[in-house]
Amino acid sequence: MKKLFSLALALAMTMSLAACGGGSNSSASQSGAASSTGSVSSSTPSEASNAFKLGGTGPLTGGASIYGIAAQRGAQIAVDEINAEGGDIQFVLRYEDDVHDPEKAVNAYNALKEWGMQISLGSVTSQPGISTSALNYEDSIFALTPSASSPDVISGKDNVYQMCFSDPNQGLASAQYISEQNLGEKVFIIWKSDDNYSTGIKDKFVAEAEALGLNVVGNATFTTDTQTDFTVQLTQAKQAEADLLFLPIYYDAASLILTQANAMGYAPKFFGVDGMDGILTVEGFDTSLAEGVMLLTPFNADAEDEATQHFVKAYQDKYGETPIQFAADAYDCVYAYKQALETAGCTPDMSAADINAKLKETFPTITFTGLTGDGAGITWDATGAVSKSPKGMVIQNGVYVGMD
Amino acid sequence: MKKNLLTMNKSTRSMLFTYILVIGSFIIIQLLRTFKDGGVGAVLEGQLIPICAYVTMALALNLVVGISGELSLGHAGFMSIGAFMGCAAAGALSGVIPSAPVRLAVAMLVGAALAGFFGFLIGIPVLRLNGDYLAIVTLAFGEIIKSLITNVYLGVDSKGFQFSFLTDKNTLGEGGMQLIKGPMGVMNTQRISSFVAGFVLVVITLVVIFNLVNSRTGRAIMAARDNRIAAESVGISVTKYKMIAFVTSAALAGTAGTLDGCSQTTFVATKFDFNTSILILVFVVLGGLGNMWGSVIAAAALTILPEALREFADYRMLVYAIVLILVMLATNNPTLWNWYARFQRKKAEDKGGAEQ
Repeated sequence: MKKLFSLALALAMTMSLAACGGGSNSSASQSGAASSTGSVSSSTPSEASNAFKLGGTGPLTGGASIYGIAAQRGAQIAVDEINAEGGDIQFVLRYEDDVHDPEKAVNAYNALKEWGMQISLGSVTSQPGISTSALNYEDSIFALTPSASSPDVISGKDNVYQMCFSDPNQGLASAQYISEQNLGEKVFIIWKSDDNYSTGIKDKFVAEAEALGLNVVGNATFTTDTQTDFTVQLTQAKQAEADLLFLPIYYDAASLILTQANAMGYAPKFFGVDGMDGILTVEGFDTSLAEGVMLLTPFNADAEDEATQHFVKAYQDKYGETPIQFAADAYDCVYAYKQALETAGCTPDMSAADINAKLKETFPTITFTGLTGDGAGITWDATGAVSKSPKGMVIQNGVYVGMD
Repeated sequence: MKKNLLTMNKSTRSMLFTYILVIGSFIIIQLLRTFKDGGVGAVLEGQLIPICAYVTMALALNLVVGISGELSLGHAGFMSIGAFMGCAAAGALSGVIPSAPVRLAVAMLVGAALAGFFGFLIGIPVLRLNGDYLAIVTLAFGEIIKSLITNVYLGVDSKGFQFSFLTDKNTLGEGGMQLIKGPMGVMNTQRISSFVAGFVLVVITLVVIFNLVNSRTGRAIMAARDNRIAAESVGISVTKYKMIAFVTSAALAGTAGTLDGCSQTTFVATKFDFNTSILILVFVVLGGLGNMWGSVIAAAALTILPEALREFADYRMLVYAIVLILVMLATNNPTLWNWYARFQRKKAEDKGGAEQ
């Protein structure tokens, strides 16, 4: 029985190995069977030794995959552009799937580490970002995350930086925006209580709303397990006669809320934050329902400036859709890295720890101008938090349009 | 010696093989980690603690499903209790016990005690019943635990513990620390689990289980499994012996949870859901009911497999499922079994001939 079992296992392993040849698209990766038998050699950056190895984890499959894929594509465009230019700084990019799960993110991070990642794009989403950033700190691999916005991602880690503004800042900015623009008389919040991101924004929003005299008439929660039915929460909002629903949540749940609100004939204004971005690309979602939805994001795809137009065109040519802010953030991350590496004078043959030490000194000193941040320069403080300004957007005729 | 091995009792031989398997793999991995440049590779390195935790889980569940013959679909619930309570204990004791291994050991004991206690509580009504009731009740138990822990807020400060339910009403003083943050789960400040601790846990689990199985108690448990009426007729209290197996299993699952929880920066209660329970059941079934070394291998292999299949990118979980089906088919194929039995017989005959 022993032998039969090992035979069967060997069969399975061989099959996975044999199939690798056809199915694998990354030349740098180790073979499946080899890594499971523990005979993996320490990977040395032999291929493309004149380029920095840039790695990131993100949800490429599963519930939040629009974010991960967008970030991966945005970063890829930036890397392709930089490599085509042929300057001193060249990159190889590799993204690993973390399924928006902190535990899987650790595995994804380890896969990148084994590949020989020198600088990291952290994780795309907050919850996995918290666990990978702890590893970034331990292993002294510098990280600049495009969109993991929870303050827990950077707190206590001097080598983890954010490209997006943090959750509390989003809550703050949303409350100020709603108050300034007089968007709603009675605000109701639906938030996800088991999500760091959502909780962080909601807490700050409520505090700021109180200070500004916004009338928050109530709030309702849901969790990952219950994010299929929002009738109860919407009924609560309707009974409270709310005319503005604040949704500090990800697009997957938001798309359901819009659909179900429509079904029950309830039509308040909807206001989201950067997690709402991507709602137009949800498969099977009637985008007409998102008409008039407002969201706060650092990136506006129909901005007039040349850099944005160039990026949007490149993205549309390559992937056939309009980039969301996650793509723009990741694109900016790569260019910010380029600038910082040039300033610090790093070379691809340096070890991850050496690059880490240099970048830690450099990042707080540079001012970066990118797609996000409303044209103004982006700066970081030594904690890793970014300073840039958000933009209000509204969905009109199925596209994002900047609000004034 | 060789003759001893051949004439040895089958269960003793299987026990010996399990110990050799576990200790041997540990020594090989430790040697690689110490002497080889780059160790066992970052991917496997990161998987070592989860492997130990899931091996322990599989062994614990095998005690209930394989030895005691009851189907439990809620073992992730015990793991969850162990993970949350153990990590809370580790967090609260971080100022009192500076040594991480000692703190981990204490945390595991806390996790084991609480998980065992809950195992006892649900065992009282359920183990008196026949049939599939245990499966249904443990399934419900796992879900209840998940919902409960999602709403627990536990904090500690200089004045003592603070507990609130549903909404966070804890008012922590200076230097206070939120140990369990409701739906956000646990945020560990330190990760104190280590591979060595995991290995020790697996060995302790094996010792506990083998000693239990090869004792009078163990034989009573198996008698109750094989024929309840016959066992009762010779005076064995079926409920009592099933309870012993169930509580032991729950406590072991609790320690596995603590080990797993303390190895992570952050985790939430929804991680320990029905899928996790089923996953552990798959380890047990794949390894063979009542077969401890089978559980060890199946748990280790299936924990690594999803990571080993990273090459397939989007099709990873599909390939994982296919591999699982293939392995299940291969291990249950009568043709292969017959062939193997013939092979064994032939080998025995050859040996017998040579010895004469």
